[in-house]
Amino acid sequence: MKTSSKRCVGASVARVDAFEKLTGAARYVDDLTRPGLLHAVTLRSSVAHARLKGLIFDPAFPWHECVIVQAQDIPGKNGVPFLQDDQPFLAQDFIRHPQEPVALIAHPDRAAAYEALKHVSIDCEALPPVFDARDSKTCFKEIRLEKGDCARAFSESAFVVEGDYSLPHQEHAYIETQGALAYWEDDALCVTGSLQCPYYVLKALKAAIALPEHSLRVIQAATGGGFGGKEDYPNIIFGHAALLAYKAKRPVKLVYDRLEDMAATTKRHPAFIRLKTGLDREGRLLAQEAELLLDGGAYSTLSPVVLSRAVVHATGPYHCPNVRVRGRAAATNTPPNGAFRGFGAPQALFAVELHWEAIARKTGLDAVELRRKNALRPGSSTTTGQELKESVGALAVLDAALKKSRYARTRAQFTRHNGNPKSKTLKGVGLSLTHHGAGFTGGGELHLDSRAAVSLSADGTIRVLAGSTEIGQGSKTALTQICAQALGVPFHWICVENPDTSKVPDSGPTVASRTTMVVGGLVRQAALELKERLADFPGALASLKSLKAAARTLCIDGGPLRLEARYAPPEGFVWNETTYRGDAYAAYGFAATIVELEIDKATAETRVLKLTTAHEFGRAVNPLLAEGQIAGGALQGLGYALLEHAVFAKGSMLNGQLTNYMIPAATDAPPMEIVIVDSPTPHGPFGAKGLGELPMNGPAPAVAAAVHHATGRIFRALPIRPEDILPHLSNP
Amino acid sequence: MRGDPKSIRWLRARTPEQALALYAQNPGALPLAGGSDLMVAFNAGHLNRKTVLDLSGVERWRKISAGRTLAIGSLATFTEIQNHPQVAKRAPLLALALSEVGGPAVQNRATLGGNIANASPAGDSFPPLAVYEARVHLMSVDSQRAIPVLEAFAGVKKNSLKPGELIGCVELPALPSKPSRSLFRKLGTRSAQAVSKLAVAGLLWLGKDRRVVELRFAVNAMAPTARRLKSAEMFLRGKTLDAPAIERACELVSQDVSPIDDFRSSAAYRLSACRNLLRAFLS
Amino acid sequence: MITFIVNKRRLKYKGPPFKRLLDVLREDFELTGTKEGCGEGECGACSVLMDGQLVNACLIPAGQAEGKTIETVESLAKHKTLAPVQKAFLDHGGSQCGMCTPGMLLSAVAYKRRKGKNSAAAIRKHLAGNLCRCTGYQPIIDSVRAWLKKS
Repeated sequence: MKTSSKRCVGASVARVDAFEKLTGAARYVDDLTRPGLLHAVTLRSSVAHARLKGLIFDPAFPWHECVIVQAQDIPGKNGVPFLQDDQPFLAQDFIRHPQEPVALIAHPDRAAAYEALKHVSIDCEALPPVFDARDSKTCFKEIRLEKGDCARAFSESAFVVEGDYSLPHQEHAYIETQGALAYWEDDALCVTGSLQCPYYVLKALKAAIALPEHSLRVIQAATGGGFGGKEDYPNIIFGHAALLAYKAKRPVKLVYDRLEDMAATTKRHPAFIRLKTGLDREGRLLAQEAELLLDGGAYSTLSPVVLSRAVVHATGPYHCPNVRVRGRAAATNTPPNGAFRGFGAPQALFAVELHWEAIARKTGLDAVELRRKNALRPGSSTTTGQELKESVGALAVLDAALKKSRYARTRAQFTRHNGNPKSKTLKGVGLSLTHHGAGFTGGGELHLDSRAAVSLSADGTIRVLAGSTEIGQGSKTALTQICAQALGVPFHWICVENPDTSKVPDSGPTVASRTTMVVGGLVRQAALELKERLADFPGALASLKSLKAAARTLCIDGGPLRLEARYAPPEGFVWNETTYRGDAYAAYGFAATIVELEIDKATAETRVLKLTTAHEFGRAVNPLLAEGQIAGGALQGLGYALLEHAVFAKGSMLNGQLTNYMIPAATDAPPMEIVIVDSPTPHGPFGAKGLGELPMNGPAPAVAAAVHHATGRIFRALPIRPEDILPHLSNP
Repeated sequence: MRGDPKSIRWLRARTPEQALALYAQNPGALPLAGGSDLMVAFNAGHLNRKTVLDLSGVERWRKISAGRTLAIGSLATFTEIQNHPQVAKRAPLLALALSEVGGPAVQNRATLGGNIANASPAGDSFPPLAVYEARVHLMSVDSQRAIPVLEAFAGVKKNSLKPGELIGCVELPALPSKPSRSLFRKLGTRSAQAVSKLAVAGLLWLGKDRRVVELRFAVNAMAPTARRLKSAEMFLRGKTLDAPAIERACELVSQDVSPIDDFRSSAAYRLSACRNLLRAFLS
Repeated sequence: MITFIVNKRRLKYKGPPFKRLLDVLREDFELTGTKEGCGEGECGACSVLMDGQLVNACLIPAGQAEGKTIETVESLAKHKTLAPVQKAFLDHGGSQCGMCTPGMLLSAVAYKRRKGKNSAAAIRKHLAGNLCRCTGYQPIIDSVRAWLKKS
């Protein structure tokens, strides 16, 4: 049977994992059980900062039924490996945040395990806590970036505009809470569960358990959403499950309910940002100064790299000859903050994009034209001095979004509507222009040293072997398409191996919008190598039958033929970690977002009427899945702007329930118009760049700009709530 | 999920008499209707070792009957209530309020009995029930009484039911005449599926020359319990509905409420929004 | 002993009457398609049909469901063939991480049974009790509309 090399990349093929998800057959960690299973719970601190003296166990409780792990029981090192390992798996000597884990308890009956928590108390001596990053004296990381001479440029500026912006915590609220199941199999300690980075977890297990690598195994279970929340935290929950299973020599399941997940796991870093911008008379940028302060929570975790991305994005997708950025990540006695889609860029871009509204007011120039004048274009040099040679879609997305939304017409219409005293509402339309670097910042990808492989089994099965995890974003499908296209075979000939550290190489974490571009690039490379090997067998790829025949010969001793590709940076790529200058990312994606909204004059209730966005991310491997990413990320951005209010007091979240922390429901999602602009990059497979996080950056500043249009006021803190708006509306 | 089902003592009633007898014999039991409040507490681990009295099988308390008055059984679900043609006709504000509570899955289980007994300050059915001047029928093994709905609430999540009392039905008397205007409006963080920051219900009867015959206006989430804006109501009775009178009525809102700042909203917002909604209703 | 009719089969449950219907389905009957997302009746991941009505199984003790007809996501597909509603979700990208999917599908089925109109606004209102964090809802609305149009 002859098969044509059907164009696979660029086609909206159905998800490869759809069947099991649609039928309820997909197995998430809480669906799994094993004989002799123990249920685990975590004893957590209720105080924010204290000297830990010990635990007091109620002698009347049948503790012999339980397995207990405290800090002193950790066989390896009591430090969770992130960039540093200052965070202990279990508190020892000090408690540094509310909800800090102090001990682990497992029991065959889940209810009994929760009951046990009521029979042990933490003996500690309170210490003074710090809850506001601005009061903190402990800095996890500081980054300075300087280009040109800002002082001189400000003195030459026709306009100088300053502004302060404030961003809150944001909770991931993935529908599947965090969970891990640890069990022994063939003398290896295996842990399966909900995660984004199997090799990060493997490293954490090695630290905690001190078993050799071949005795540890991490396997991804179906994962119900991550958004970065399962990038870092799983190191802890998988470590905890493993510690209990190691001690008990029995399988242990540790799954958080929603209350615990919201109280104890990571959130987006709150940020305080101060901007100072100098422009010439025509509105061209002469100087951009930014000061960023991120609240890291109690331990360093990923704060240094969140800060890094925030610093690089702090000046927006613009060309400016003089730049000075200073960023700090500070410690507070709150649960550590972590990765969340965008990773510092949503915070930085909210400030720089909303700042244009202040600039427009001061200069009298049009906010859209200011973008057009200053946007990066091919040949531009970025904040870090990186020359963008090609694939710079900033102006293309700007024009596409303006056209699709009929921005000028809508704006005039809304202005007329607002001028009518009889109107019961105020309407506003706002725009943002944003970017997002794909892959790890600077030398990060080189340091990751990722690998991916393609294998051919004796029975003719072609497998993609990568550590990248399907978490809903469609990576499994995208990698299938890339492999199929590279080989020139039908899509359904390819199978993607489930991420299992005993079977797949370390492709790096599933984060930073790197999976399609970096790992996809490696998969394509490996597939091309397989194709080359099969060149000795003319017609091998023409049919499954001939492929099987070739495989039988190629697979010596019946074992699979495995071709592995290893990451190499683009040619000429340079990065200086000290000066923060050079090639920060192999490629940037660009997006223009336009939000139309309506505010009720009597109640200040705000309803988003429409969101229009044009995205340029090289090329869509799968347009349907890409639109799904854009719609989902855009709605999370709208939630960040208007609905999601994490209320903290004394370091603890007060509204940690889905009833009280409001993520958008179906009625909150506006109609969305999505335009995909193609601009292939040489640095990604078939021209593709990363997409996962780009949709998150644009909506919030566009919302704030729309609120400015509607009310005449710039609200510089998120979320923008009716409570904030109503005092500024005149009596209806 | 922290609840221990093995620790719960489960009692089940099929008739009102059975329910009242079991409740009298087990005074510490927690009456369970649709579960939308109680089961959340169970899931959080707060109900272990308690006794639960399941009322969901008491069919007689599910009935909705329309005669001179509209009697809604305490166990009728929100879906059943809002779909009943007589409710839609005679108590449209109640139907509207119930349609905005949670989503269909919650409405298929939530009951007025459960809501009233739970006495949340933010109960959305309470402002409509208050302006319809509903009466709650309370029964125990040896007594029966009917009280105005607002008297069923003693404080935040505290009802004023006496020991052994269960709610049989909620009775809405006929309105004196067709109101000139009516309003139900709920403000929540989300456009749907949200606990109220504030919900209001209003009925207005106007006579000749815009003279106010009667105003009934009720609010939730502005005090420990739902309230009628009595001062504004009394002030406007008999007055002409002109701008100064409307303004004065809006000022008087603060006499009958004591809003607070909480993680859902602020006192200042609630008061301003409430005034604006009342003003818009009267204008 | 409590008997239910689950996906057209008469099943018996022997444990405490207060065990949640959600847990009875997942643990005693090994029907893990129905998920727990919040335990508050807020997210709808645990939605099932009980006597044809959409309900949150995390809020129903088994004793209250005695004798009732329960339909879970597992009742939709016939062996390897997806039901039309599932096929619509497949074609329009209505499922990403899959956690909200079982609840969404049953919610859509409930909507069709009560003759809901094929309007985006009405569908959104009906689905307000089913939270999704991945799709932005548009692909789900598109899936339901396409399914209603075809039926």
